[in-house]
Amino acid sequence: MIIKILGTGCANCKNLEKAANLAVAELKMDAMVIKEEDITKIMSYGIMRTPAMVVDEKVLFYGRVPSVAEIKLMLAKS
Amino acid sequence: MRKYLPILLLPIWLLLYFNLKWLTDSLVYGVFNMPEGTHLTDTLWFFIFEVPKVLLLLTLIIFIVGIIRTWFSPERTRKTLEGKSLFTGNVMASLLGIVTPFCSCSAIPLFLGFIESGIPLGVTFSFLIAAPMINEVAIILLFGLFGWKTALIYVVTGLFIAITAGWIIGRLHLEKWVEDWVYTLKAGQQPEEEKLTFQDRTKRGFEAVKEIVGKVWIYVVIGIAVGAGVHGYVPQDFMASFMGKSAWYSVPLSVLIGIPLYSNAAGIIPIVSTLIEKGAALGTALAFMMAVIGLSLPEMIILRKVLKLPLIFTFIGVVGTGILIVGYLFNFIF
Repeated sequence: MIIKILGTGCANCKNLEKAANLAVAELKMDAMVIKEEDITKIMSYGIMRTPAMVVDEKVLFYGRVPSVAEIKLMLAKS
Repeated sequence: MRKYLPILLLPIWLLLYFNLKWLTDSLVYGVFNMPEGTHLTDTLWFFIFEVPKVLLLLTLIIFIVGIIRTWFSPERTRKTLEGKSLFTGNVMASLLGIVTPFCSCSAIPLFLGFIESGIPLGVTFSFLIAAPMINEVAIILLFGLFGWKTALIYVVTGLFIAITAGWIIGRLHLEKWVEDWVYTLKAGQQPEEEKLTFQDRTKRGFEAVKEIVGKVWIYVVIGIAVGAGVHGYVPQDFMASFMGKSAWYSVPLSVLIGIPLYSNAAGIIPIVSTLIEKGAALGTALAFMMAVIGLSLPEMIILRKVLKLPLIFTFIGVVGTGILIVGYLFNFIF
């Protein structure tokens, strides 16, 4: 599973990256968390608010930093 | 349980808010046993009263605004603005700028998203001016420290600037000063919007309080501490000589100082409120506040990614002129 964090480097993007890494570790998932900072690539996902989380090329959520517990729940579902 | 939390917290909030004066009095004169009328007592009283008052207001209103905002989104705003003519578009973009959730870190994707879907440059600018300038934190602080009239004046003049500045930028046809790659960009399909239950929305309200109050409380405390010091120790009418009505240069000077100063509304408004108390003219103070909040250097640097320098300067020039006019107008009226 490839998890992408979309964001141009603001504080919230870093918070989301941290939360995502924590969630993946707690779920013991076989997933790779990578950051996407290229704005043209970010726009190709059709979002207007960062940060966003993309799981296997599908946008899971955008424009907010959910809690680790909520991210775990969403990752488990997807 | 979580569901009923707001209903449980509201009476506590009301009890605190409406007994704050009494609580401060009994703390300052009773517990600390301080003499009435000295500079130190005045300063301390001001600080102990204003900090919880502003924080209480912030918490409640940001919670409510956080819930209201779940019905608005940049995606919906974009859809509403698509195909609107220049003037109507400017008015709607400015109004929506107040309620649509916006963070300056999302300014670029938002700008690109608007332009890509064909919304005119001038309309996009109206949104980008209104969204940061007329924000809920500024409105709450103005309401708390000055009263509802000043808050309303701020909103109305902010709207006026956003509408006219955006309209002028639209009429000037400055598309050539937008970075070339912007117009060749292909945005992807917009992801499906999430469906929210009312419980989700109240949860977003709590999240907004945690995020915004968590970030600005320190500025509120510092701003009010400085304000309390000025309130207690600076002589009356001290500011009148250089920020008063008679000093014609005070308005442009406040704007020039305000642009590179980067503070959020939470820190600047408590200080401005005491400057007025000490004789600064309302228009001058208003102009200073708008320049600090509405024209911030970090945001210009972010926007430089998509706008060429002449457009950035035009943007600063047009908005700055608008702020100047507002400043002089208010000094003239009041």
